[in-house]
Amino acid sequence: MSTKPDYLDELEAEAIHILREVAGQFEKPALLFSGGKDSITLVRLAEKAFRPGKFPFPLVHIDTGHNFEETIQYRDEMIARIGEKLIVGYVQDDIDAGRVVEQKGKNASRNQLQTVTLLNTIAKHEFDACIGGARRDEEKARAKERVFSVRDEFGQWNPKSQRPELWDLYNGKIHKGENVRVFPISNWTELDVWNYIRREKIPLPSIYFAHERDVITRNGQLMAASPFLNMDDEDVVQRKNVRFRTVGDMSCTAAVESYAFEIDDIINEISASNISERGARMDDKVSEAAMEDRKKGGYF
Amino acid sequence: MNMLKFLTAGSVDDGKSTLIGRLLYDTGSILDDQLEALQRSNRKNDDGTIDLAILTDGLKAEREQGITIDVAYKYFQTDKRKFIIADTPGHIQYTRNMVTGASNAELAIILIDARKGVIEQTIRHSFLVSLLAIPHIIVCVNKMDMVDYDRQVFNNIVADYRAMMAKLDLSDVEFIPVSALKGDNVGFKSDRMFWYEGKTLLDYLETVETHIDEDIKAARMPVQWVVRPQTDELHDYRGYAGKVLSGTFKLNDSVTVLPSGFTSTLDRIELFDKRPEEASAGMSVTLHLKDEIDISRGDILVKSSQPPIVSQLIEADLCWMDTKPLDPTHTYLIQHNSKVTRCKISEVLYKMQINTLEKLYDEEFKLNDIGRIVIKTAEPLAFDVYQQNKANGRAIIIDSRTNLTVGALMFRAAAE
Repeated sequence: MSTKPDYLDELEAEAIHILREVAGQFEKPALLFSGGKDSITLVRLAEKAFRPGKFPFPLVHIDTGHNFEETIQYRDEMIARIGEKLIVGYVQDDIDAGRVVEQKGKNASRNQLQTVTLLNTIAKHEFDACIGGARRDEEKARAKERVFSVRDEFGQWNPKSQRPELWDLYNGKIHKGENVRVFPISNWTELDVWNYIRREKIPLPSIYFAHERDVITRNGQLMAASPFLNMDDEDVVQRKNVRFRTVGDMSCTAAVESYAFEIDDIINEISASNISERGARMDDKVSEAAMEDRKKGGYF
Repeated sequence: MNMLKFLTAGSVDDGKSTLIGRLLYDTGSILDDQLEALQRSNRKNDDGTIDLAILTDGLKAEREQGITIDVAYKYFQTDKRKFIIADTPGHIQYTRNMVTGASNAELAIILIDARKGVIEQTIRHSFLVSLLAIPHIIVCVNKMDMVDYDRQVFNNIVADYRAMMAKLDLSDVEFIPVSALKGDNVGFKSDRMFWYEGKTLLDYLETVETHIDEDIKAARMPVQWVVRPQTDELHDYRGYAGKVLSGTFKLNDSVTVLPSGFTSTLDRIELFDKRPEEASAGMSVTLHLKDEIDISRGDILVKSSQPPIVSQLIEADLCWMDTKPLDPTHTYLIQHNSKVTRCKISEVLYKMQINTLEKLYDEEFKLNDIGRIVIKTAEPLAFDVYQQNKANGRAIIIDSRTNLTVGALMFRAAAE
């Protein structure tokens, strides 16, 4: 009997295969990089797929302007280390040009506005495939999405007429103006990503680990106090030991109280946790179909 | 720890979503905020307990209609294994989505309603599982609570199923009496069915052997990408990147490139920073050969001692997946691993009436039809027979007018 591969090896091999299919099938692909652990994992997988060659695609960051500064610092250091090209699309540019209007009120966030900047960036650079770090275990609309997910020229996902996707044969054929979103880590769970990061010793932005921070409690969630959050007299700033499980922009990503200072602590914490990862995302709390609706509109 | 991908096949009312919900619940895979969302929802069972079925319905249209339209993937793990469930629709109208979900599965759970027994859709699901050559089958006879946990009901269904199996090429089949609703024999052994001495569903899922014989099959690696850094220090570097489909390549193996037929020796295997001495099924690697030969995406590297079939005329099973019927006069594209070439369906041998397993000879191929055809390709394909080596025995058909994936092919033999 032969030795069976470890599940992380299997997941890794599958993701590398998907990345190489993107390289082989598309003219102008891009890798969407958010600064979060999932896209950081994608970068490591791309190194495994293409080194010692260069990546056959640039990294693209959609910058809401409401960043954790630790993320931007990490991004710039990483780009310098791997020597690949970075393209940044700024939500602020679309606001300044009047293409989108900033949300108002207490729960205002730039999360929704990103979609416009993303679609504009794709159009401007004529990207035909965008690799993203979305996982099927995150959310039930994502659980339905193909690895190669075709978007029409308006960036829309049509969940009721997805192409059949058989075995590991990915059909990337599209008409001009359409593009494909590609999700190489579709089959990974949050815990798989963390176990992989530990195994590969991949450095992460410091906000993933427990640190002291000023936070306020909003709708039962801990939000980082920042100039990007519309705060009023009711908001009481407290200093707590927290960390972030996902990295979105500062106005929509909630923190959890935590004393997980090392990656082992985080893995223990997630294994024992009873709250799902996207439970800490205000953007998913809007309605039961919040993610499905955003994806239909062109969201990641 | 390794991984098992399995699918669940069932129809609208036989409790498939409840079974998946029960598996997730019994393995502690449902988190507090998800349970809270369940409590918030309006759907409850008659006795007021939460409806585990709604965990699996992902799209608005599915929740509205209470059915599964497209495959959804669910993830859970135990101390023994990581599991990926492809939750597939059972209705005939969505056969192509079931095939999508089934294509990567190593095990299929077929659900039978204890009150109804073996029905047409049981035959259809079993046929698809056999067509796709999924190695393991578990037949879950569900809703045993509705038949007073009667042993005789279960035994009769097992006998009926075995009689049907004889017509299909099915080998490893297990039968388990369960009640997904009440939790019998899913994650925990049922006291109410003391007469059943076999494993629980979860037990079986945790222990079934996976990836059987993949390493000892013929060695195949399609080239996806040629790594050429073209820098000063790596001027002559040429690596052939791909995933090993089957078998094992070892250093110094004699390797043949197909369809060109050039032969060389395997010089080096790279896996990022590692230099393993062998590359086996499932590994994504970069291979280097001793000689400089012309190799590009679409070529396949094989062990010279284990040649595949090379042909432009292939007999295959076809599952048609487009609303527009198959047009025998049209030139389609065929994608076989990393190779894409033009093709025509030159002959339809027969179609299967998949609810009754009868052959039909006179009809066109419409959406969800399955049968045997002969395909002619513009360039030769280097393939294996699907039943012997799945990974190199399959392909998809693409309609270049719409770019849609319109057919799934499982190769049977080179045609005359």
